[in-house]
Amino acid sequence: MTNLVNLRNITKSFGGIHALQGVDFDVRAGEIHALLGENGAGKSTLMRVLGGEIKPSSGTIEIEGQVIEFAGPSAARALGIAVIHQEFALAPDLTIAENIFLGELPSFIGWGKLKERASDLIRHLGFDIDPTVKVGSLAVAHQQVVEIAKALSRDVKIIVFDEPTAVLATQDAERLHEIIRGLRARGVGIAYISHRLDEVFAIADVMTVMKDGKVVDKVATGSVSIDDVIRMMVGRPISAMFPDRTGRKLGPVKLEAKGLTRGRLVKDVSFSIRGGEIVGLGGLVGAGRTEVARAIFGADRLESGTVILNGKALRLQSPRDAVKAGMGLLPEDRKLQGVILNQPIKVNSTMARLSSIVNRFGFLKSKVESRAVTVLSDKLRLKASSIDAPVSSLSGGNQQKVALAKWFYADGDFIILDEPTRGVDVGAKSEIFGLINRLSEAGKAVLVISSEHQELFGLCDRILVMREGKLYGELLPDDYSEENLLSLAMTGEPSRITL
Amino acid sequence: MTLAPESQIQSGKTPIAEIIQRFGTLSIFLALVIVASIWSDSFLTQTNILNVLRQVASSAGIMSVGMLFVILTRGIDLSVGSIAALGGVLVAYFMAFWDLGTGASIALTLIAGAVCGLTTGIFIAYLKLPSFVMSLAMMAIARGLSLIISAGRPIPLGDNGEALANFGSGFYAGIPQPVLLMFAVFIVGGVLLKFTRFGRVITAIGSNEEAVHLSGIAVPRYILAVYVISGILASVAGIISSARTGVGSAQVGVGAELNVIAAVVIGGASLMGGRGGVINTFLGALVMGIIGNIMNLAGVPGYHQQVYMGLIILIAMLLQYSTGSFKRT
Repeated sequence: MTNLVNLRNITKSFGGIHALQGVDFDVRAGEIHALLGENGAGKSTLMRVLGGEIKPSSGTIEIEGQVIEFAGPSAARALGIAVIHQEFALAPDLTIAENIFLGELPSFIGWGKLKERASDLIRHLGFDIDPTVKVGSLAVAHQQVVEIAKALSRDVKIIVFDEPTAVLATQDAERLHEIIRGLRARGVGIAYISHRLDEVFAIADVMTVMKDGKVVDKVATGSVSIDDVIRMMVGRPISAMFPDRTGRKLGPVKLEAKGLTRGRLVKDVSFSIRGGEIVGLGGLVGAGRTEVARAIFGADRLESGTVILNGKALRLQSPRDAVKAGMGLLPEDRKLQGVILNQPIKVNSTMARLSSIVNRFGFLKSKVESRAVTVLSDKLRLKASSIDAPVSSLSGGNQQKVALAKWFYADGDFIILDEPTRGVDVGAKSEIFGLINRLSEAGKAVLVISSEHQELFGLCDRILVMREGKLYGELLPDDYSEENLLSLAMTGEPSRITL
Repeated sequence: MTLAPESQIQSGKTPIAEIIQRFGTLSIFLALVIVASIWSDSFLTQTNILNVLRQVASSAGIMSVGMLFVILTRGIDLSVGSIAALGGVLVAYFMAFWDLGTGASIALTLIAGAVCGLTTGIFIAYLKLPSFVMSLAMMAIARGLSLIISAGRPIPLGDNGEALANFGSGFYAGIPQPVLLMFAVFIVGGVLLKFTRFGRVITAIGSNEEAVHLSGIAVPRYILAVYVISGILASVAGIISSARTGVGSAQVGVGAELNVIAAVVIGGASLMGGRGGVINTFLGALVMGIIGNIMNLAGVPGYHQQVYMGLIILIAMLLQYSTGSFKRT
């Protein structure tokens, strides 16, 4: 196998910051090469060098043995390099066919032929979507397929996937992986960036781990474990990421859910959580975990069932009732639901308890607010220039801390955290686990939803498992294993495999 | 972990761009004042300045505060011009035909404006209809009602309207009383926006309604409130117009909603919600007033004025655009 791409000794500095220092990276034909590292490790910068978006300060780029200097992204594209970014570069109001051939449309467009070619490309990827449909009306997973088809419409040799599954549900991620394996079989070279280590281990042939702008190591997938890779990324073992919960104190039952029912995805769900307890809610994507959370929180109306908090049955018409009663919900989509991006940290932090910072005429007590938020931001070790900085200026991990700060400030009795570490790098994850632990140490009842099973195992006192809207069982720490959890989540039966 | 070069590089906003963004409206305003005073000697005279202010007070000025609130929540209110006409007609109608006193007539008129806003707002806030369409419907309804009530003819204020007419032409401390009222509206609006829970929440709603909803805030109430405020302020503008002219006419405020929206947008507010301020909106309203005034002073014929007005608004928008207030990010 020949190397399609050889990046040799690449260095890139922005001002005084060395984003890349002497990095080597190669992609071979028919190989999936994963690039791993925390946010800020330099992965995206390296891929932008490869995509011709930025010029390295020094180092050489070889494409198929030839030393090249890219004039820009289009030069890279012309040489067969395509980058699929996290945010798609598609025009929502154009059809699939138009999007695929955008930029190389002939001046006289033969629509029939275009449609046919688009259809072929998509069918090749194993999908059957009408190419005359507007891209804006497609689900995210299908939009991604269009992006890939667009890359394939040109003679592509290398595709860079930048966190392709961050926006996808598990099933869609699996289909994407099939597509990627198909591309590999066709001899395309693939560079793959992801935070989800389990999927990297499932798909990659080789991995390069980066830290602080340098390559830590390049390893073959079979030769290392997930723990090894995390240690390379952060410089410490995985168990150190989770708080020590041995000395926890459980109080009386705080929250009780009885027979919650709503539609297809919440069927007769009953459980209870004690003060100081962290309970996980596991299951496959689409099992109804988020729906249960939203129903408890009053965001979706219950058809039947009761939510009891501190012994009092609640009548929940809206999140407002839930917050008043002492609940909090960290929603799964941080940018769309969790934080107000263009507003300051301060505004975001106090949003769920404005009553504490206004006088009886509705005027804001800004000194009180600033003082409170400053204390809070120290407590959460928020990395920001000031509490007046907009949330959009923060890193993903710090944005999530702001979303959490809101519920720290609201100081309720029961907090639901839906995918609390999604899109957050490993270092910030461990800090967020610490914060969740502090919520429980303060006597609150905590419910954590996560698709990353290791996270549930590391953090939770017990795990409830859902499947198709029903609660199928409960795992206690002694039973924690992937097999047990998946077995419950997929068949509803406890695992028969004894380990 | 301490360095995050990738994110730092992307959020590179220079302080200069920030200053332009902050003072963009002010520079448009100052540029226009300079051009106007060079163009015409009579522009910077006391009478003319007061004239501009009075013009602004009864046209875009007062209504722009309500519109700013609506736009901050990411909505739009096309009904303000029509509600102003309804307000102007009603206040005259109550005085002339129901023989009500000044206070009662004004109070009933304001209630009518509030009811119009309430109707629009209920549909937008609770039934989640698009504000554009809903306020378009109210625009037609309110205009129609004002034509029906006035039977298409101007209604003189009559004897009961003496106090109101005095207010319309009266001065206090050398400043026209309607102008003082406009200042008061802007000050109250500014305080509401900057220093109260209401202002904080409506700005937040325009930025991310879902996040505000999930923070346990009764979003629909706030959305309803901004349309009610907009309706009341529109009827205030109508009352002032009747006070100045001495008649209530259903022809008042045709197309005013566009001038009001232009004033707010020149003031740097984002039609995508969540960004805008009262001081800049005031400057935006003044800009609109000055543009009209210069053209009158320069003797530009009426039909031509509209073309120039459009062009000047376009230039103002481009200036705002260059500072990034407008780009659809």
